Amino acid sequence: MSGNEAVLTVRGLNVDYGTGDGAVHALRDVDLTLHRGEVLGLAGESGCGKSTLAYAVTRLLPPPGVITGGEVHYHRQGGGALDLLALSAAELRAFRWQELSIVFQGAMNSLNPVHTVHSQLTDVLRAHRPELKRPERTARARELLELVGISADRLPAYPHQLSGGMRQRVMIAMALALEPEIVIMDEPTTALDVVMQRQILRQLVRLREELGFSVVFITHDISLLIEFSDRIAIMYGGRIVEEAAASSIYRDPRHPYSDGLLHSFPALHGARRELTGIPGSPPHLSAMPAGCAFHPRCGRALDVCATHVPVLAAPDDADPRTVACWLHGQAPAMTSRS
Amino acid sequence: MSNQPAPNHVVLEARSVTKHFPVRRTGRDLVTGRRRTVHAVDDVSLELRRGTVTALVGESGSGKSTVAGLLARLHPLTAGEIRLDGAPVKAGGGRSFRAYVRRVQLIFQDPFASLNPVHTVRYHLTRALRIHGRAGSGEAELEENLTALLDRVQLTPAHQYLDRFPHELSGGQRQRVAIARALGADPQVLLADEPVSMLDVSIRLGVLNLLKDLKDRLSLAVLYITHDIASARYFADTTLVMYAGRIVEGGESETVTQHPAHPYTQLLIASAPDPDRVVAEAEQEETGSGEPPSLIAPPPGCRFHPRCPKAMARCRTEAPPRFDLEGGQWAACWLYADGGEARHEPRKESAA
Repeated sequence: MSGNEAVLTVRGLNVDYGTGDGAVHALRDVDLTLHRGEVLGLAGESGCGKSTLAYAVTRLLPPPGVITGGEVHYHRQGGGALDLLALSAAELRAFRWQELSIVFQGAMNSLNPVHTVHSQLTDVLRAHRPELKRPERTARARELLELVGISADRLPAYPHQLSGGMRQRVMIAMALALEPEIVIMDEPTTALDVVMQRQILRQLVRLREELGFSVVFITHDISLLIEFSDRIAIMYGGRIVEEAAASSIYRDPRHPYSDGLLHSFPALHGARRELTGIPGSPPHLSAMPAGCAFHPRCGRALDVCATHVPVLAAPDDADPRTVACWLHGQAPAMTSRS
Repeated sequence: MSNQPAPNHVVLEARSVTKHFPVRRTGRDLVTGRRRTVHAVDDVSLELRRGTVTALVGESGSGKSTVAGLLARLHPLTAGEIRLDGAPVKAGGGRSFRAYVRRVQLIFQDPFASLNPVHTVRYHLTRALRIHGRAGSGEAELEENLTALLDRVQLTPAHQYLDRFPHELSGGQRQRVAIARALGADPQVLLADEPVSMLDVSIRLGVLNLLKDLKDRLSLAVLYITHDIASARYFADTTLVMYAGRIVEGGESETVTQHPAHPYTQLLIASAPDPDRVVAEAEQEETGSGEPPSLIAPPPGCRFHPRCPKAMARCRTEAPPRFDLEGGQWAACWLYADGGEARHEPRKESAA
């Protein structure tokens, strides 16, 4: 649509936790496209499936999680799509980190406490670039640390000798070690203070400009997303309910849930906006309401919302955006994006 | 901002409260006779007034939760005093502690951890009422009191919630039960330590509005501890900003958030996410770097000086006292020492 080529496409992805009657549907018919060089924000509350989506795409779903349907394709630069769901274990090992890396939630605790930063950074290189000699690996590790704004003499340090923000940056450095095309960040800064959060995000924005990778940025903090991402997809109850450019979401949210989310955050600057919040609480995945999952909390629910699931579709032709809500179009046609 | 008809009577007051925690001594410490302490809270004074919400804002590790613990008398003070209704609170346990707790209640951050998973809502609330002698006589009266408590926190109808276990409730409902339990003592002061940071975004506001409503209806003095300065703007009447164990700025919430005086508050506000930010991220000037200092060996003078873009020679040696600015705002910063030109300068900057 915007002339941008896609680097990752997700089509009709379904993920269940458990099998048979007791299965919980964590993701339903998720369609998502990540374009080259963009920051795609994925927003939603806990339990909406945003982390599940990240894990499913990287094939890291922990055991009760099963991908029950859909496709995930990775598009190489210069053509050629790779079906991620069909990769063998060996192919997957070569793919991960080389093409797509992930910074986990609470990443600062995902460093191994008994190994130095040096050995953890060079480990990635040793596995994926066996041709590199030891001094070359060390040089690259130093370079990576400098890249994220940590002085290279901290290389021999153990994780406990670094502050939370520095550990988080080491994780980002590690994710960038092989210059992947896609970096998925799952709540990368929620455990950090705002000052540190801004420093890290600023660095990330700068690195993305230098290295040109694409980012999937997952967080519940929508005001942060609006500032840092190009496009935003909002998830609720395992589905994407709205997807649009960050500024369109901010100025003109179409889905009542997006609107509610925006009115749940107090603004620091400007006039005091009225804060409404959203009544009720998010549904549990095992007891999802029929029809639109949001209808019990929605102030503008129609009769049809309780019975029929709205399809993600474009509300009007002018704007490249999609929304899954009966308020916008009664007979949504099947639209294919990208 | 203060639209309180009732006099803003000071209920709870901390005067120059200091808390140092000893660091576990190592073999080397034993040999050299070195004793190290964490200067968690240094020289903190604050007043909690009836019918107002006071926000205490700071990064993690700034000592804000320690202040709550000190006010709740969970830790003994190293120095300073706490006054309840003007009378100094004496250290002591047992009866005097219980009498104090009856008037000053604490709500914790994590409602998943602060409720006992093997007991029902009824048990939690009955216990609070019994301990504080408000259970009434007889079953009927107890039932009535329980219903009233749940009504206050908007968990209605009460019978639907009374016999539930914590795991059957959502995060927001659990935090409401924790608030109801605190109200069981009929306190005058509510200390809320990050009451919403564990909750889902869409339900935070409901809990904050509930606290605000309780403040108005019961004339509570509320201390709202948070790391989110934007929520302090909406929810608190006055805001105090804490950095590395000291309060660096205070004043009406709107003034502090819109015209921050202390360089640290300015950094904090510049760092908060803001969808309205017009300047592209890469073109923005560096808002500052570095991290909070170690509190075992805090920097001499102003604790913010190693990160402060406006630090002067004096900041490195002398800790700044409070300097009063207009409109009840104050800042502990040498920039405002002589009340001269520096006073107006930061306002222009923050407006830009």
